[in-house]
Amino acid sequence: MTQAGSIEITEKPRAAAAPRARAGFLRQAFAVAAKDLRSEMRSKESVNASLSFALVILLLFSLAFDPGSDQVREIAGGLLWLVFAFASALILNRSFARELVNDCLDMLISSPISAAQLFLGKAMANFVLLIVIECLCLPVFGIFYNVTWARRFGLLFLVLVLGTWGLTVIGTLFSAMTVNLRLRELMLPTLVYPLIVPVLMGTIQLSMLLINGEPIGQDNQLWFRLLVAFDVIFTILSVAVVETVLVG
Amino acid sequence: MTAVSIDGVWKYFGDYPALREVSFTLERGACLALLGRNGAGKTTLLRILAGLSKPGRGSVTILGADARAEETRRQIGVLGHGIGIYEELSAVENLRLFARLYGLSNPTKTAMEWLDRTGLERVSDGLVREFSRGMRQRLAVARAFLHNPSLLLLDEPFTALDDRAIAVLQTLLNDARREGRTIIMSTHQLREALELASDVALINRGRLAYRGERTKEMLDDPSWLYRNYGEA
Repeated sequence: MTQAGSIEITEKPRAAAAPRARAGFLRQAFAVAAKDLRSEMRSKESVNASLSFALVILLLFSLAFDPGSDQVREIAGGLLWLVFAFASALILNRSFARELVNDCLDMLISSPISAAQLFLGKAMANFVLLIVIECLCLPVFGIFYNVTWARRFGLLFLVLVLGTWGLTVIGTLFSAMTVNLRLRELMLPTLVYPLIVPVLMGTIQLSMLLINGEPIGQDNQLWFRLLVAFDVIFTILSVAVVETVLVG
Repeated sequence: MTAVSIDGVWKYFGDYPALREVSFTLERGACLALLGRNGAGKTTLLRILAGLSKPGRGSVTILGADARAEETRRQIGVLGHGIGIYEELSAVENLRLFARLYGLSNPTKTAMEWLDRTGLERVSDGLVREFSRGMRQRLAVARAFLHNPSLLLLDEPFTALDDRAIAVLQTLLNDARREGRTIIMSTHQLREALELASDVALINRGRLAYRGERTKEMLDDPSWLYRNYGEA
């Protein structure tokens, strides 16, 4: 009786505390994300660089191909995601590097938020910035390459979300890893691009089908599963190792 | 009651030992002046205490727990070489951010109170990038104190401060001493540090050369410690 009673007493607060702890976890991660987005909205240094770089590459690639040709339709998905991958490096490089000014990274690490919260906050901010840049690039891509990308926008947006989160998670982790390196602008893409090959394979294949208005058959649904699995596995992995990356 | 316990701490940078078997304890409510020449290992030790770096060997216990424990970090205030303030945010946004990260119940109210205490209430909505150096320093002081930490880790806090920032910091440190908070302060400004300190530790090339209470002869002659325990 006493034992059962004591279990009841201890279990109830614990059950109530779990959602509160989760809410607190997310609230602090959102605080980091909001801070990054607000800083970026004011300085616009990463967004301007990344967007203009993406648009210039889209323009330059368009000069190499005949717009509207079958060849362009076949490689459209690949072109689009290569542009996004290159442009993302400029956003991701700045993610932790911006914290070096005034030693702000030290203050974040010494605060009570966990490295996982810091990482997720930064990843969320990077994700929002990249999605915005990608959405701004799509109409330009449609004009330069004469493709109707909006035919199946819902599914294409899902591919953008899954692919961009994969890019973001790996990129944000390596941004933390390379933050103190002198050659971080070079190191980040060198380390990240080989790791995101599965993401690029999935997104390129699915984007090509969606841009061309082709159905996604049973065999191609495998790519969706690959993207979801990649995102889940690397998010868990990144959250698990980021404390070691930041503090040692 | 012990606030800080450092037991046999070594820290290597490559092959170079920046700290060599440093051990000491500090009671709650004490104010320790951490002294030593440039490169002696003061900042390295403070970074380990702040949870910014892990010791290669040995252990650190702060307020009864590991230095990286969430509850420990909640009770530590850090004022380092960098001001730890975001240039693209306003003064109130900076303090509100840190109040949220420290889980304070009313971040905006707390931020405004600290802006008032540090004489920055008039520029609360001004972006930090437009602030003078002195204003930034006062904001950094507010950031370090706003969650009422039980342990303050200050790395050369008086260096490069203007008169007003020094006055603000001295007032806050005196208040902290009265309220029984523990302070560890590395500094080259011997007289200011020794006037405030209850305890003294001197580090020479990573080794603890002296650890004891601050004595009257140190106050009378601040260089006494270096003469008797400093490097040859």
